[in-house]
Amino acid sequence: MPTFKAGARLKSAVCNSELMLIVAPSQDVKLTCGGAEVIELGGDPPADAAIDPEQKQGTQMGKRYTNESGDIEILCTKPGEGGLAVDGVALAVKGAKPLPSSD
Amino acid sequence: MNLMMLLEMAAGAFGDRVAFQNGDGRLTYQELFEASGVLAASLSDGRIKHLAMLDESTLALPIALFGASWAGVPFAPLNYRLTDGELDSLIGQLHPGRLITDAARAKRFGDRFVSPDGADYIDVHSREALLESVRADGAERRDPNWSMEPEDTAILLFTSGTTGAPKAAVLRQKHLVSYVLGTVEFMSADEKDASLNCVPPYHIAGMAAIVSSVYSGRRVVQLANFTAESWLDTARAQEITHAFVVPTMLARIIDALEDRTEAGIPSLRALSYGGGKMPQAVIEKAMRLFPDCDFTNAYGLTETSSTISLLGPEAHREAMSSRDDVIRRRLVSVGQPLPTIEVSIRDAEDGSTLPAGEAGLIFVRGEQVSGEYRGQGSLLDDEGWFNTRDGGHLDEGGYLFLAGRVDDVIVRGGENMSPGEIEDVLLAHASVSDAAVVGIPDEQWGEAVAAVVVLEEGAVSSVGELQQWVKDRLRSSRTPQRIEFWDELPYNETGKLLRRKVREAFRESD
Repeated sequence: MPTFKAGARLKSAVCNSELMLIVAPSQDVKLTCGGAEVIELGGDPPADAAIDPEQKQGTQMGKRYTNESGDIEILCTKPGEGGLAVDGVALAVKGAKPLPSSD
Repeated sequence: MNLMMLLEMAAGAFGDRVAFQNGDGRLTYQELFEASGVLAASLSDGRIKHLAMLDESTLALPIALFGASWAGVPFAPLNYRLTDGELDSLIGQLHPGRLITDAARAKRFGDRFVSPDGADYIDVHSREALLESVRADGAERRDPNWSMEPEDTAILLFTSGTTGAPKAAVLRQKHLVSYVLGTVEFMSADEKDASLNCVPPYHIAGMAAIVSSVYSGRRVVQLANFTAESWLDTARAQEITHAFVVPTMLARIIDALEDRTEAGIPSLRALSYGGGKMPQAVIEKAMRLFPDCDFTNAYGLTETSSTISLLGPEAHREAMSSRDDVIRRRLVSVGQPLPTIEVSIRDAEDGSTLPAGEAGLIFVRGEQVSGEYRGQGSLLDDEGWFNTRDGGHLDEGGYLFLAGRVDDVIVRGGENMSPGEIEDVLLAHASVSDAAVVGIPDEQWGEAVAAVVVLEEGAVSSVGELQQWVKDRLRSSRTPQRIEFWDELPYNETGKLLRRKVREAFRESD
């Protein structure tokens, strides 16, 4: 399991998604993308990893994903077809009202 | 976290878009990414611990900012308006390192700037040589392996020092990345969007403009030496859609537009402003001159990584057209805190939290808030709150109103008064075009109220007349004991009134 530290860069084992942890969870969790546990950006996916057809919600570049309690937040830095989940619970896009440009 | 990750995303998603433009020079997002990697390689010799830049806005500026983050060294943009002596003392705090400056300034320093104690040195490179080197064929580029440590220092920004000697605010990667992720939607800009950047690099708004634009995918057109004419000409020629100005710039743009007979800037959709107090007359005039333009007022500090509160376009229009005084007043507010920022107004004496409507000190909390100076450590309290030392209050709707720096508050016989309140009254006089109020030492009261007034062209007034004007409108303690007439007030180039200079003048004339 990769280290969960704010700033850590991760990728999906089964699709093109690349991620960065904005808020790291305080305890050990199982973070998955496309149903398979995510790996460190430079790591090699397990040979038998395959995307779960039930978990193909996709990730969108530049979107932030979070859970209900907000104790984990992830930025998608490269999109892919897998969906993100923590301990089996799907993460949702962090909805933010667009702000007017101030600079 | 690292600003470079934001640029990498931009280069990956829209690498062919123009990122920065200066005159005929252009850099696409991909070119900016590659150039930053070349600079990063040359900074990665293990000895260089700072990258200082003493230069106006050129294409070398974003390369230096991102190249420094790639190499993991703090970037320190310096104020080129300082005297040689002031600059030498700032640069002396940045060794060992490298200084990039324009060829003319580079001559003054020679190849090396040796620290005052002679113990270390800073290599001096010219901006021209940098731009050439990053574009050279086969230039070595560093692997995309920048540190993602959130605590790394990204930018050291010497604060403007309107009250004292400049201090270096420490902005870490986590502060700036949080600011961008919390306020900018990735790739939200249209391909045709172009923003005009005329804020100097050593101002937090100049740094924020670079990182925000990169993440939104907007083309930034740099304008190094602001004049109203050059701003208007560039805005038209480059079909500028977005711009940020400080209040004095907006006032000059309006004057120039009123002198000219031609139409405004058809492409301009959004104009944001901040960096100093915007006179109500100026913003009202601007809204009439650009009726289709979205206006945004941004309030922020260097120590908060730029904007923490916004008065958006809808609030501007609502305030402008409202007959309700409460809503109309919001035109001179700084709007509501960002969703990622908490604001609390506290009593200056006992620190208790004050309800809406009551004025006190503005405290802020949020991921982007640094509140740290080099050599002093963090000024955040145990719960993460930062005392901005700005006074102000929130209204019932959560709109934030500023009342000036607490350091500027005049204490006369135990009574606290804000210079802004007295200045507003003076400014309402038909003969007065500008006014500054300060406290001066007074044997009887501790401090006394003194004012400097600039009269409208051709207008005549007297000390007695203006004293009576204030007396008729405010408590008598607020009547300026001394009033002087000057041709102009001392402002810094971002529109901040230098009260220190006004106070010094009174002290010297005693």
